[in-house]
Amino acid sequence: MIGVSNRTEPQSLTKGPGRQLFERAVHHGGFIAGTAIVLVVFAAAIGAGVLSPYDPYIQDLGSRLIPPVWQDGGSWKHPLGTDHLGRDYISRLLHGARISLLIGCVTVAISGTLGTILGLVAGYFGGRVDAAIMFLITVRLSMPVVLVALAIVAIFGGSLTIVMIVLGLLLWDRFAVVIRSSTQQIRDLDYITSARALGCSTPRIIASEVLPNVLNNLIVVATLEMAHAITLEAALSFLGLGVQPPLPSWGLMVAEGKDMLLFDPWLIAIPGCALFALIFAINLVGDGVRDITAPESRS
Amino acid sequence: MFHFIVRRLCLAALVAFTVSAVAFLLLYLAGDPAIALAGEGATEADVLAVRKQYGFDRPLPVQYLGWLSNALQGDFGHSFFFKIPVVELIAEKMPITLKLGLSSIVFAIVLSIPLGVLAAIKPNSIFDRLALLIAVIGQAMPSFWFGLMLIVVFSVDLRWLPASGSSSWLNFVLPTVVLGYYATPAIMRLTRAGMLEVLQSDYIRTARAKGLLPIAILFKHALRNAVIPVVGLAAVQLGFMLGGSVVVESVFALNGAGYLAYESISRNDFPVVQALILLFSLIFVLLTLLADLLNAWLDPRMRVH
Repeated sequence: MIGVSNRTEPQSLTKGPGRQLFERAVHHGGFIAGTAIVLVVFAAAIGAGVLSPYDPYIQDLGSRLIPPVWQDGGSWKHPLGTDHLGRDYISRLLHGARISLLIGCVTVAISGTLGTILGLVAGYFGGRVDAAIMFLITVRLSMPVVLVALAIVAIFGGSLTIVMIVLGLLLWDRFAVVIRSSTQQIRDLDYITSARALGCSTPRIIASEVLPNVLNNLIVVATLEMAHAITLEAALSFLGLGVQPPLPSWGLMVAEGKDMLLFDPWLIAIPGCALFALIFAINLVGDGVRDITAPESRS
Repeated sequence: MFHFIVRRLCLAALVAFTVSAVAFLLLYLAGDPAIALAGEGATEADVLAVRKQYGFDRPLPVQYLGWLSNALQGDFGHSFFFKIPVVELIAEKMPITLKLGLSSIVFAIVLSIPLGVLAAIKPNSIFDRLALLIAVIGQAMPSFWFGLMLIVVFSVDLRWLPASGSSSWLNFVLPTVVLGYYATPAIMRLTRAGMLEVLQSDYIRTARAKGLLPIAILFKHALRNAVIPVVGLAAVQLGFMLGGSVVVESVFALNGAGYLAYESISRNDFPVVQALILLFSLIFVLLTLLADLLNAWLDPRMRVH
């Protein structure tokens, strides 16, 4: 054991790439803060059943609009107060976290799969295929997302499933754009050429040579698009054409509190702050992943 | 250059054509328009008559081409709800949305370009951090919630500005802030990145070496070049704002095309929705086309591609 601690090799030689990534992550304040908040929201969503003091759906018309504990008339019985139907606000908030995260994850799973496939194919093959997919992206970008999503949800009826499918089918554009350009950057590199020379099939090259090398960018876009999807769901639900009552979507909670805005602004402030914190944290994670995985591209 | 313009125009036309097909299909998906047109209490014979009269019994592609040729002549049919031509309805509301969009993009530019420039001159300074903070908050704040919080502060507490309606210019202040703020992060980041890049270029070093005033270098030499991509982005953002106007106008009950779109969707008034989706998309196509042409004109290097 003697001498081990005295070894003075250059740091970059002793540390593997995984170790370096880890150290950069630990020293990235934004990434740590963002991850912490996201984990708290995940914990709230998973533990909503246990953590909630009340059933989020049970109405108690005798105790309506009790203010949160820090205002006059508030009590620890309902730490965040109750809404216009007497439902416990903190229980609804905790259960609402489930909806936001579910929307974020499922939407990104759909849009990410679609966009990544389109981006890989366009970037790898180029030429006509690329032109056709670029055209598809342009058409998609030309259509106002909110308006189209509202119209489709209105046609098929608002529900959690419909909102997730609609957003998943609409939000693939950024995946396609980013993955396409990162694929273009690497498709003529030596290791791809050698895989081709070895006789690997095209799907195999795309799946096991190209995809792993665009994964960094994919993760960054996925986090940013997750935040985007959560914002859009909240906006759709706020407008009454997203998740339907009595589900405790945060956007819907803001909408229900809107009429009491004059005397009880906390009704919209609380779910709004939750939304803001979650989206903010997810964006921090996304920016952090970009900085950590590609420190040379930081400006 | 000529080839570039022709190719770009063809692409825009093709996109517009595809978008019109999607907008048409949306109405088709929405269910039988004949039932909606015949109104409540209509008998089966009435519905059949309406279907025949409006040509809903023809094959889909024929209906689409008919609709498209009417649309090209400015006829988008009648609103199910108001029973007046859709064009009249939109012509009445569109100026409000355009006013909102333009004032918002001006607000965004006035806020983001100076901040972006300041952030680029002194990276990691207080301005840089302020700019970053504004950008990060802007990206995370849902526009409908930001609007409501502004109403709480400026309309309910301070009573400075009206919370809803569209009667005077005061009604436009809060919606402009909300919609403009939404476009600020992107424009600011691009300005900052562009300035950082330009400030390190050789011709700026030459200008410094010649002993030009720093102010002159900044505005005459650096900003002019850094702003080129920002022009394109601002045009694209203006297009996104039309979509955003649906939410913002609904929050403030600002009686423009965005609010009309929202109300028409709620009322299943699909001819209006269809026309608005098409109109918003076409404006977006037009704006990106203009941005590309402007960029090509401002930056000769772009013409090569």
